[in-house]
Order: sequence, then C-alpha cells, then structure tokens
Amino acid sequence: MATVGYQHIICDPTKCIGCRLCEYVCSLTKTNAFDPAMSRIRVVRIEPITMTAIACRLCADAPCIFACPRDALTRSSKNGIILVDQDKCDGCGWCLEACDFGAIVMNPTTKRAEICNLCEEQEDGPQCVKYCPKEALSLSTPEVVGQQARREVVQRLFEELLAQKE
Amino acid sequence: MYSYTGKILHIDVGTQKTWVQEVSPEFLKKYLGGVGLATRLVYDNTPKGCDPLGPENALCFACSAFAGTTMPVGTKHGVASKSPLTGFIGDSLSGSHFSEMLKRAGWDGLVITGKAPKWTVLFIDDDQVRFLDASPYLGMGTIETQKAVRKALGDENIRVASIGPAGENLVLYAIIDNDGRQAGRTGNGAVMGSKMLKAIAIRGSHPITVADPQGLMRETLKLIQISQGPGTQKYRILGTPTNVLNMNKMGTLPTRNFQQTTFEHAEEVSGETMHEQYTVKAVGCAGCSIACEQWAEVKEGKYKGAIAGLDYESLFALGPCCGIGSLPPIIRLAQLCDELGLDTMSCGVVIAWAMECYEKGILSKEDCDGLELNFGNDDAAVALVQKIARREGIGNLLADGTKRASAKVNKGSEHFAMQVKGLEMPGYDVRGMKTFAAGLAVCTRGPCHNRSLAYEIDVKGVVNRFIAEPGRGKLIKEKEEFAAVFDCLVLCKFLRNCFENFYEEAARLYTMTTGIPMTAQELQEVGERVINLKKAFNIREGWTKADDWLPPRALSDPLPTGPGQGCYVKPEELRMMIEDYYQARGWTPDGLIPKSKLIALGLEDIAEDIGVEEPAVVTQSVTASK
Repeated sequence: MATVGYQHIICDPTKCIGCRLCEYVCSLTKTNAFDPAMSRIRVVRIEPITMTAIACRLCADAPCIFACPRDALTRSSKNGIILVDQDKCDGCGWCLEACDFGAIVMNPTTKRAEICNLCEEQEDGPQCVKYCPKEALSLSTPEVVGQQARREVVQRLFEELLAQKE
Repeated sequence: MYSYTGKILHIDVGTQKTWVQEVSPEFLKKYLGGVGLATRLVYDNTPKGCDPLGPENALCFACSAFAGTTMPVGTKHGVASKSPLTGFIGDSLSGSHFSEMLKRAGWDGLVITGKAPKWTVLFIDDDQVRFLDASPYLGMGTIETQKAVRKALGDENIRVASIGPAGENLVLYAIIDNDGRQAGRTGNGAVMGSKMLKAIAIRGSHPITVADPQGLMRETLKLIQISQGPGTQKYRILGTPTNVLNMNKMGTLPTRNFQQTTFEHAEEVSGETMHEQYTVKAVGCAGCSIACEQWAEVKEGKYKGAIAGLDYESLFALGPCCGIGSLPPIIRLAQLCDELGLDTMSCGVVIAWAMECYEKGILSKEDCDGLELNFGNDDAAVALVQKIARREGIGNLLADGTKRASAKVNKGSEHFAMQVKGLEMPGYDVRGMKTFAAGLAVCTRGPCHNRSLAYEIDVKGVVNRFIAEPGRGKLIKEKEEFAAVFDCLVLCKFLRNCFENFYEEAARLYTMTTGIPMTAQELQEVGERVINLKKAFNIREGWTKADDWLPPRALSDPLPTGPGQGCYVKPEELRMMIEDYYQARGWTPDGLIPKSKLIALGLEDIAEDIGVEEPAVVTQSVTASK
C-alpha cells in the first residue's frame, strides 16, 4: 500500500452545507428506514456557519480497539475498517468515549456499538458520498487530500502571478 | 401508514392538558401537510371571531410528508394561526430540522391553545409533554435560546423553535425561529408570545419509514443531481440577492418606501457585491441540496463582526426601501431582526414608512425619541429595530405594523403605508407588474410573493407587465395553486425548475413516500382546495372584497423612473383583474365562495359554514369549467 492511512470518509467543511442528507441516506442504507439516530455518519452544525460531517477515520492506532474490554472490535485486514462483533459487544460504550472524533454510534435499538464500514456491502461504495449534493464527502486519505491541496494552491498562485504580469 | 404518523398532538398550555387526534390517510391526502394541514387545523380549532392574541387562537404546526427523507428540500414545516397582523389566516413556512424531529417524535402536526400561567418551554419528548420554566431564557435572542434550551436539556440533538424578545413583547410581526430559519410572516411569533410560550423543544426517537424506499432513493438521487444544474443556479451561486440588480433594471426595486423604484446604490447592495465582498458560507436547510442561504459577514468598519444569512426580501426591505445603500448596515439589521425575532420584511417596510413620515414632517424628532429618521440613516434604523422589538418609545407604535401605525398617526400617512390586509408588501413594486398587482391584492395571507408567485408571469415576459387585461385572473389562479401544492407537500419552491412535469413527478414521489395513491390531477386539486380553505377562513373571520385591494400609493403615484415610468395601477384596472380572478376561481363577483364549489372540493362542512347559494349563471360557469 503506497499510502500511510486507510481510505475513509472525509468531509470538506467549506463545501458542507449542513443538510444532513448523509445521515438520512446512511440510516436508510443500514436499516431501510430514515432514522438519523442509526446513522454512522453525523453532521455537526455549530450556528451559524460551522458545519461538517464525521464518520470513522480508521485511525492507525485505533483507540477504540484498545478500549474495548471484550475484544469486540477488530480491524479488517481487507480495507482497514473497524469491525464490531455484535455478539461480543455489550454496549458498554467505552469505544464511543475513546474515539476523539465521536465517530462511533450506539444503536438505540440493539444497544450495540456501530461503526462506518464504508458501505462495503454496497456495489457502488459509500452511499453518503454518492448522495452528498455538494461533493463535500469523499472516500479518500489525508495524503490524497494533501496532494489535491498542493496542486490547488500551486495552480492558484501561478494564476495570480500570471495575472499580475499581464 | 408510511411517512405520516396519523397523529396530531393537541396541547392546552393553560390547563397543561394534552390529547391525541387520529387522522386518516384520506384526511391527510386532502391537505398533505405544511400550510394545507396547518390551515385546516387552524380552521377546526380556532373559534370564529377569536382574538388572535387571546388563548383561543390555535397555533398549529404541520410537518411535510417528505420530512426526514432524502427528498431534497422536503424537510420543512408549516405554521399557522389567526394572524394578529391581518386578522385572517396567518400561514408561514420554515425549513430545517424541526420538521424532521416533530415527525420522529410521532406527530404529523401540533395544535397549541390556551395561555400558560407563566413563561414556559414546551418539551415534547416523543409522546411525553413537559412544561418547563422559561424564566432563564427571557429576553434572550432566538438562536441563543435554542442553544441554552438544548444545553439545559443535555442533548444536542433536540430541535428547538423559539421566539425572541419581539415575540415576548407581542410585536405583531414577530417570527418563530428554528435552527436559524424562520416562520417569518404574519406574526406567528406574537401568537406564540401571547401563549407565554418562549420555546418548543422536540426530541423524537422513531424511524421514518416510506412505502418504496428503493424507488424513493433512486428518484431523489436524480433530483439531487438535477438540483445542482441550471434550474437552481441563481440560488446556489448568488442566492436570491441576485434579484437586486434585476429588479433595479426592471424599475421595480422598492426604494425609499416605494417612492422610487430604481436605486442609485443598487450596485453596492447587489448580490454580486455581496458575493465578492461579504459572503462567507452557503448553508442549507435539513435535507436541502441547493443551499440558497448565503451568509454574509462584515470584516471591518463600524459593523465589524455582523453576520447574517441574507436573502433578497430581507435585503430590499432593510436596504433600498430604507434608502440604505451599503451592505454592512443591512447585514447588521438582518442579524438584529433574526436575533430579536422580527420579520425582516415587515420591519424594513415599517421603518421605511416611519422615515417617510419623518421627512414629510408627519413625525417629529421628538416623536421619534430624538432619532433623525432620514432615509439612509443606518444608525437610526439600527436603534429603531431594537426599540421595536422592545416596544420602547416610537417602537411601540411601529411594533403594530404600518396599517395600525398609519391609522393612529393619520395626516395622510395611510397613503404610503405599504400594506395589504395589514401585512407589509414584498420587494416588488407592483406598479410595473400588473398581474402581480392583482395577485398581491387577492392573496389570502396578505401580499406575499411566495404564496402568489404571479410575479413570474410579469418577470418572464409571459404578458405585457405594464398593462392590465382580462385573462390575468386565470394566470394568477394557476400560479397560486402551483405555489400552494409546494407549500403543502412541503417542498421548497427553489426546486420548482427541476421538474419536467411537476404534478406528475411530485404525485409519484408522494405515493412512493406515503403509500397513498395520488394522481397529478388530484395533487393539483389540493392546491385549489387549500386556496379555497384559506379564503373560507378569511370569509369566516369577516373578509369582504374591500380587503382585496392595494395601498393608495400603488393606485395613484406614477412610477418616477425606470422602464415603467409613469405607470401606476388604475383602480378600475385592479377591479377588473380582481373580478376576472374571482370568476376564474368560480367565486361570486363579491369574492364569496359558492356552496357547490366547496362541495366539489370536498369541503362540505365548510360549505355549511360560509358557502353562498350562487345565482344560476355562476352555477353554469362552474359546471362548464369542470
């Protein structure tokens, strides 16, 4: 693997409009009903204009895995997602508390932890990315986001430079 | 039942008694939700002739059938009551998360009656209703209240609708804010204040199921994608402030209280200038794929730090209409209105009226508490907004709106009180838009561009906007019904250019969501039914055809500049178009509704209340039009 981190859902807060369609889509994909309480991606809106969405970031040294007293959390060797063994999990919530991003959710019905699995069961990948109207969400790595930022900033600087010369 | 819960929660905040009204799919299909359902609830739960600010007035909320689903721009709700500003139906819409939460709590609608013995926060936690002490929140702004209530209840997911100081002080055009969106017009915030209700907090834990999840997901993805295209470009990029230059070019930008209709500072307050210099973020309502709300922030100068989501209507009213020609004070004024809980549109037009009174010597400096209320005096406008919200000094007079204020001040000031039925005019000067002139005159909630939508006929050049002619009535009727269907479904109208055949597509989406069969024809009929329902409410509350009219200025003062120079709406032209409209609607020449019309629309009980026996000739035209 050429990249350091695993691919995960990344939200660009400058593009996010806080619409929460990602929560609606996620819950429908996972439960066949619209229920943001079941969504594994969560939008944070801090009035008036601060908004972004957060899902599991697939941390390298995932604190949630260490925090689980029942060893219910393991990492998939295939794509790095954090798997929750629903039989082992007893809903103690330590993984939720251990996550720096608040990216783990407790299913209010089953009382078990759930974590974004990048919609690996879906042919066309993460549904939140597919439905995000503003392309604020992407399946990416911080490295790739950095690459894009480098390209954009260089392009902008050169355009400005050329404009000054003219 | 899918999507709908089939339950309306009734709460008497005086006795703290609650009861649940079960409603059938047939009933819901007739009114859909939003404005339609909220209006029906008002009709049924408000006794005839009640005081709008008395305990008997029912403050009703109704969800959208699409709330909480991926249907873009479908998570909205309607709020209605008998308006304290007009005495007629006061229906309003707001966007965002409140509607979703109300539905997830298990309710299609909410009916609030009575008057609490002390300031109260209503907390609806699924089917539990709690009455909490609101004293810690008194005097707080709208958003501040919502944050504080969430903090006190210890759950950031709770959604809150609240009033600001203006609602507490019964300013007749006070708003109800939720999540920074407002049920803005006709004074529902004052009705909420009259019930001593500072806020309504809701937490819902139920999932929303739809009849055809896969079908809905497929169709809504298409709409989400289409809504990033040319049909919404105007809203996505500059937002509605793009209208400033359009209106100015058309000579219909109300300036200095509608004395002029072109503004020499239009460029400085345009959507383009705002976008280049002030816009910091586009924000969407819940479930919105468009994000029209452009947040503008002032970075330097005396209004440094001012920030507001600014749309055209707020901008016209607080800017050009008050002669204010730069964006920073307009942003500050809009922010103040939102926080204090005032309708930006009515507030701006009221201040503009006061400024004209001041310049004409009708109001003296002493009358205005020492403020020099010349047009363009932004400091005075900022001071005035705060006085209005607190009903201090001159603010107490202005808090009742232009109709009442001008009746009190008199001295010819009624001539330029820019209101119909007591509600202030929107940002289009109708002297150069004659279809819209009649559209605003007949509008049930008072002059409203969103309810009428007839401006499109004039703006798009479907007709010659400078002349009046027979046939406009039918055009107005069609636009009103189109708008009403959006307001009942509820869908934001900014999606309206994203359909090929709106009624067909919307009916299909409605059935996919609710499981209730619906045809395009039936959906269109909902629009007609709800317009008649609203009119019926007004008739019950004493409406006469004299209420469908325009302010004297629009009927006598020729446009001084612009392409429509010299134009005004001649009273006989207006009368002709209004009668043409009544006829298109199948109403009597006096604007009353024949019993047969109401029965045909499935409003049998209302036919008994207010329907008239029509003369034979009208019966024929009604039958013929079917």
